[in-house]
Amino acid sequence: MSILDSKTPKGPLADKWTNYKNEINLVNPANKRNIDVIVVGTGLAGGSAAATLAELGYNVKAYCYQDSPRRAHSIAAQGGINAAKNYQGDGDSTYRLFYDTVKGGDYRSRESNVYRLAEVSANIIDQCVAQGVPFARDYGGLLDNRSFGGVLVSRTFYAKGQTGQQLLLGAYSAMNRQIARGKIEMFNRHEMLDVVKVDGKARGIIARNLITGEIERHSAHAVVIASGGYGNVYYLSTNAMGSNATAAWKIHKKGAFFANPCYTQIHPTCIPRSGDYQSKLTLMSESLRNDGRIWVPKNMDDVMAIREGKLKPTEIAEENRDYYLERRYPAFGNLVPRDVASRAAKERCDAGYGVNATGEAVYLDFKSAIQRYGKEQAKLHNVENASEAKIIELGADIVKEKYGNLFQMYEKIVDQDPYKTPMMIYPATHYTMGGVWVDYNLMTTVEGLYCIGEANFSDHGANRLGASALMQGLADGYFVLPYTIGDYLSHDIRTGKISTNTPEFDAAEKEVKDRIDFFVNNKGEHSVDYYHKKLGKIMWEKVGMARNAKGLTEAMSEIKALREDFWKNVKVPGDANEFNPELEKAGRVADFLELGELFAKDALNREESAGGHFREESVELDGEQKGEAKRNDEDFAFVSAWEYKGEPGDAVLHKEQLEFKDIELKQRSYK
Amino acid sequence: MGILSSSIARKVAMALSGLFLVFFLGQHFVINLTSVIASDTFNSWSHFMGTNGLVQGILQPVLIFGVIFHFVMGLVLEIRNRNARAINYKSYNGSANSSWASRNMIISGLVILAFLGLHFYDFWVPEIMYKYIESNPEDATRYFPEVVHKFESPVRTGLYVIAFVLLMLHLWHGFASSFQSVGFNNKYSKALTGFAKVYAIVIPLGFIFIAVYHHFNQLHH
Amino acid sequence: MNLTLKIWRQKDGRSKGQMVSYKVSEISEHMSFLEMMDVLNEQLVNSGDEPVAFDHDCREGICGMCSMQINGEPHGPDRGVTTCQLHMRMFKDGDTITIEPFRAKAFPVIKDLVVDRTAFERIQHAGGFISVNTSGNTQDANAIPIDKHVADHAMDAATCIGCGACVAACKNASAMLFVGAKVSQYALLPQGQVEATERVLSMVAQMDKEGFGNCTNTGACEIECPKGISLENIARMNREYLKASLKG
Repeated sequence: MSILDSKTPKGPLADKWTNYKNEINLVNPANKRNIDVIVVGTGLAGGSAAATLAELGYNVKAYCYQDSPRRAHSIAAQGGINAAKNYQGDGDSTYRLFYDTVKGGDYRSRESNVYRLAEVSANIIDQCVAQGVPFARDYGGLLDNRSFGGVLVSRTFYAKGQTGQQLLLGAYSAMNRQIARGKIEMFNRHEMLDVVKVDGKARGIIARNLITGEIERHSAHAVVIASGGYGNVYYLSTNAMGSNATAAWKIHKKGAFFANPCYTQIHPTCIPRSGDYQSKLTLMSESLRNDGRIWVPKNMDDVMAIREGKLKPTEIAEENRDYYLERRYPAFGNLVPRDVASRAAKERCDAGYGVNATGEAVYLDFKSAIQRYGKEQAKLHNVENASEAKIIELGADIVKEKYGNLFQMYEKIVDQDPYKTPMMIYPATHYTMGGVWVDYNLMTTVEGLYCIGEANFSDHGANRLGASALMQGLADGYFVLPYTIGDYLSHDIRTGKISTNTPEFDAAEKEVKDRIDFFVNNKGEHSVDYYHKKLGKIMWEKVGMARNAKGLTEAMSEIKALREDFWKNVKVPGDANEFNPELEKAGRVADFLELGELFAKDALNREESAGGHFREESVELDGEQKGEAKRNDEDFAFVSAWEYKGEPGDAVLHKEQLEFKDIELKQRSYK
Repeated sequence: MGILSSSIARKVAMALSGLFLVFFLGQHFVINLTSVIASDTFNSWSHFMGTNGLVQGILQPVLIFGVIFHFVMGLVLEIRNRNARAINYKSYNGSANSSWASRNMIISGLVILAFLGLHFYDFWVPEIMYKYIESNPEDATRYFPEVVHKFESPVRTGLYVIAFVLLMLHLWHGFASSFQSVGFNNKYSKALTGFAKVYAIVIPLGFIFIAVYHHFNQLHH
Repeated sequence: MNLTLKIWRQKDGRSKGQMVSYKVSEISEHMSFLEMMDVLNEQLVNSGDEPVAFDHDCREGICGMCSMQINGEPHGPDRGVTTCQLHMRMFKDGDTITIEPFRAKAFPVIKDLVVDRTAFERIQHAGGFISVNTSGNTQDANAIPIDKHVADHAMDAATCIGCGACVAACKNASAMLFVGAKVSQYALLPQGQVEATERVLSMVAQMDKEGFGNCTNTGACEIECPKGISLENIARMNREYLKASLKG
């Protein structure tokens, strides 16, 4: 276990980052020109890292599978980005953001990393505004904030419901400036298919040009992986169709430990699946729960009548509705954290109360909010004895102002008017807190190989707070990695250009080519999607919102069997040397079929409930919290970092013990 | 073309020359209208325009240049724009998102150009012949009868009417659109567009009225 | 419902393409257009044919990757949506749907319905940024107050997802709505002022170089834009361009 050194600097928590920056080695500007860095992925983390490294003077090569860095899935984030600016004067501080993040993560994250994250958060907002990101402003012309995800302060900056898009475009513009200067060489429509190690250090990658199919060798002095999370292991998720774990998984197979794969966030307010053809799930901002009330019918007869289309939800009387969150969690009600809300929805649907044809949907009802706002408005505008219709009209206007774009999106997809009838929602896989293990420097267990953003495991512990993903991605890319990587690269100033004509590159390229050749030549009978859907079903049913030892054990063997079948029977049309989306998918699904098994293994190993990981065996047995998740700090206050040993099931566990010096560990309660 | 090498500069040049022609059109219309109301006024104004040194020496060449410039520029843009889509759509539903007039400025423009040919042949060429080639003496009363005489033929009157309809379509899109091209799009735009649309209908209708009026009027004589 | 699809098939950038007809059946009206395409592709893979290549990624209308000309309109007949959000309830049983790639000389076809939109990238490289380094010591975010309406306007322009529907819809394959949106975003914000002159000149020059057509104000782009980017942005770009040209 000695190899898992987090390299956290000594000293008091609040001074660690400053002291660290003062003591690390720097690279002189003239030498930076001789150093190459590869960045895989161009979302918030990768894009901001590539731009900043190029500004510093390194030669950056950046890669994305889309046709432009601007299309990375960070773009889909809606709600906002947290920063401890305390512009609202409501008592926010670096410490408070740090505290909320650690607590929200159910005490499974590394204190020093989280504190640093909170510390640089304010710089992010300054940087983005300077880049021309049009954040929302108040009438005084200053930046506006909203509160988010059940914290006690307003620290979330936003740009309509498109914060991720605007931040990504900011990072993209910074990249564009460097591309124009020739400091970033951009490889669009390229996919990294392996990392190349020379003398134990990461020195390059093998990438496929997705247009021509050509396999290319690229070398550098350091490699940064910023390829996002692995939520698509569930097939259906709110991730983009192309989001994949291949880069992260390939480096895992080459020696980077994979940490806490079982920590996955299931977001409660997504649009439910409407049929088997469904290809992805659409998330609607959590903010909807501020005004919407979640319920299912109390009586099974009503459920059946609704499913058969004989009854409308608006026809069910108040006393026949089960507002189950308000019933179970009177203190927080509809505003319980994401994991709790998701599990409660699953519980109702498993009990048979789901309200759509698939049985996997609950109502999110705005009727009382519309009424409440309507009455308020009637008073405000001195409308005497306002009619019911007038009140509804006034209230709907307010709701429209707050959530108009979400309501419109819902109506486009579902073809129902959420102002008139309750929305249907269901939880969906959204974010993965687990990922490649990194130390304080964001370096993996392979020298010179870094991992940032959602792809690493570092800052969110077992559960991520709303509006914190954007913060972490940009913190890593703009403000952390550019420092920490310099410390490593300062030893490489005399190395010179890394040759791609070495046995290591030969071997890695051969491996990649052999795999592609296998796919296009295999005379199988099932499409790649066939396997992906099957994997997703196993993951969702047995490694989903609630997990138990029996299910997890079954999942491991089922995934293994599915993987074996995949390698016999997968069918990939087309050729290797052309634009071939099916071939791309095949490689990604092959990796998911391995990752899924490790995921289940990790979940099986963690015999406690923490954040997004809920073990049915680990619940409170009595008292007020009866039936709620129970964490086990005694035995599980560690990071599980898995070392690859040839088969996912044979992975070896390494533990990084988590120490909490500045925070007291508490059980969460939302009763 | 130097200054006109960029797309936006060309677009602005197109708009400015168009606006100039729109202005000329208004002035032309006002003079023609007098032919319906008071033939004396028509004669005297026409005489002024035909003999004034400033009008003949400066305004007339500028106008001719404006017409040629607008036409050449339009043609150049049309060719470039066609080249910007090398392979055409098999199915292109333009009417779903734009008006016929806006998509077919080249057609309405070419019809108007052909009409200008006829119009020059009808009025400008005889005028030049009369004044400079044949060097006839000044006659301040000849304009009105000449105009009325031109609209004797139903074919010519019909051609004029058709051309004016196309002019209407050309103006319907072109006039309002020229403000957008020069960068004018603000809270006054709605009113200005309204004015341009009214102008686009009223002026050509007026020309049609004048032509038809003279055509039918002389049949009674 | 049962549908006939007429789809442009083209092996690669060098080959000639053609329209090919396919039949799909049992399409649910709740499917998105791309899910309908998934059904077709699964059918093609299972019968040993090559599936139809098309760009897509987020499938929630924000990444700007999807791009199809459906029945003669980019992103199909619905308004304010990308192809991935277009639902099959917009069509009727028995319909024939024509599906082509976005067409423009500056957007060459890569394969089938996939086109190369890197011309947009190069326009952005020419000036789609504010030159600010990531020092960590940038001026405080609230140091320059910005009028809420100005900020909102900048946001409206910044909403552009770079899908290229404006180019595809325009009879002239003009990219002015795209470029106008980017120029506008920066022109409106105080942070963008310093480089305003250089930016608009460079971006327009690059736009012309890429072979996009000229704007003739038909307004098709605004109607077809999935994000409702306004023509105002083109007017603002024209204004900025004139201003910059006069400054020289």
